Amino acid sequence: MTFINYAAKEINCKIVYYGPGLCGKTTNLQYIYNKTSPDAKGKMISLATETDRTLFFDFLPLDLGTIRGFTTRFHLYTVPGQVFYDASRKLILKGVDGVVFVADSQESRMEANVESVRNLEQNLQEHGFELKSIPYALQFNKRDLPSAVATDEMYRVLNYKREPTFEAVATDGRGVFDTLKSVAKQILIELRKK
Amino acid sequence: MTDFVLYDEELSALEMALGRLFHDANAKAVFLIDKNGQQIAAAGETEQFDTTSLASLTAGNVAATDGLAKLIGEREFSVLFHEGQQDHIHISIVAKRAILVVIFDDRSSLGLVRLRVKRASGELESIFETMAKKDGVRAGSPSTSSPFSEITDEDIDALFSE
Repeated sequence: MTFINYAAKEINCKIVYYGPGLCGKTTNLQYIYNKTSPDAKGKMISLATETDRTLFFDFLPLDLGTIRGFTTRFHLYTVPGQVFYDASRKLILKGVDGVVFVADSQESRMEANVESVRNLEQNLQEHGFELKSIPYALQFNKRDLPSAVATDEMYRVLNYKREPTFEAVATDGRGVFDTLKSVAKQILIELRKK
Repeated sequence: MTDFVLYDEELSALEMALGRLFHDANAKAVFLIDKNGQQIAAAGETEQFDTTSLASLTAGNVAATDGLAKLIGEREFSVLFHEGQQDHIHISIVAKRAILVVIFDDRSSLGLVRLRVKRASGELESIFETMAKKDGVRAGSPSTSSPFSEITDEDIDALFSE
């Protein structure tokens, strides 16, 4: 649900990074945070356990500049990926405008990827959204690992609606901004339709 | 799902109500936040706080507490209170969709804040009702076109040019 503030001339949108545990959602946000100039970002908040696993969410506010005189602000959130945090994942999807699904390319994580897409679909439905219609980008992360599954195969298994798909290595930034741009663009195009 | 749209007139009305609450409750700062974590309006010594983070964490806090309420069969916990050594936070739900946050210290008291929040909530609710009615009228009028209907692909690309 985009928040359009005519008084302050601001558009605020919410993007959620979804995916199985340890797929690199937080790493995506950390890379974006590190590479964005200080005047275009707010503080990054990570609600994590002592072992740095996301407990509730990470949050990064980004200012992308102005469009038709309106400041466009994107609030990026990650969800906790571990299966048993489902109640928290649901809460974070509230009011979402666009979703990035971060898939782990390792063969051993393919089943977890599939289960997480299914979980995303269900949790979106509980908030009255459809994965079919919401702005959505798919990222194949960890392409640098030797056990990475071929992209064709990952596409066949994980692509939901021919959404834009990106290969990434979030630790060194490959594909990170391309994925973000893709979903942000889709959100703005949606805004144009309204 | 409909977007949340805020115009000058309503913002001024909300800010006036928050300003009154800030004075009457002897607070340090008062914030009105959308349940999705966006700040709507504020009053008081807001510059000493990271307001964006505050809005997002408050919304997370309220969402988690709502989840807890449902787990034990309650509809909601409408008031949350966090007591610190110097500063305290009083959080309440207004008009089902917004969160009212009052930050105060020992110049005020929980009793006073609760009392003033109750009065302000009624005022804020009636502003939200007016907003909802106006939204309905605007949605039904073909003459009001969104400034975003004319966004071009170039406008969007320009955002990502750096």
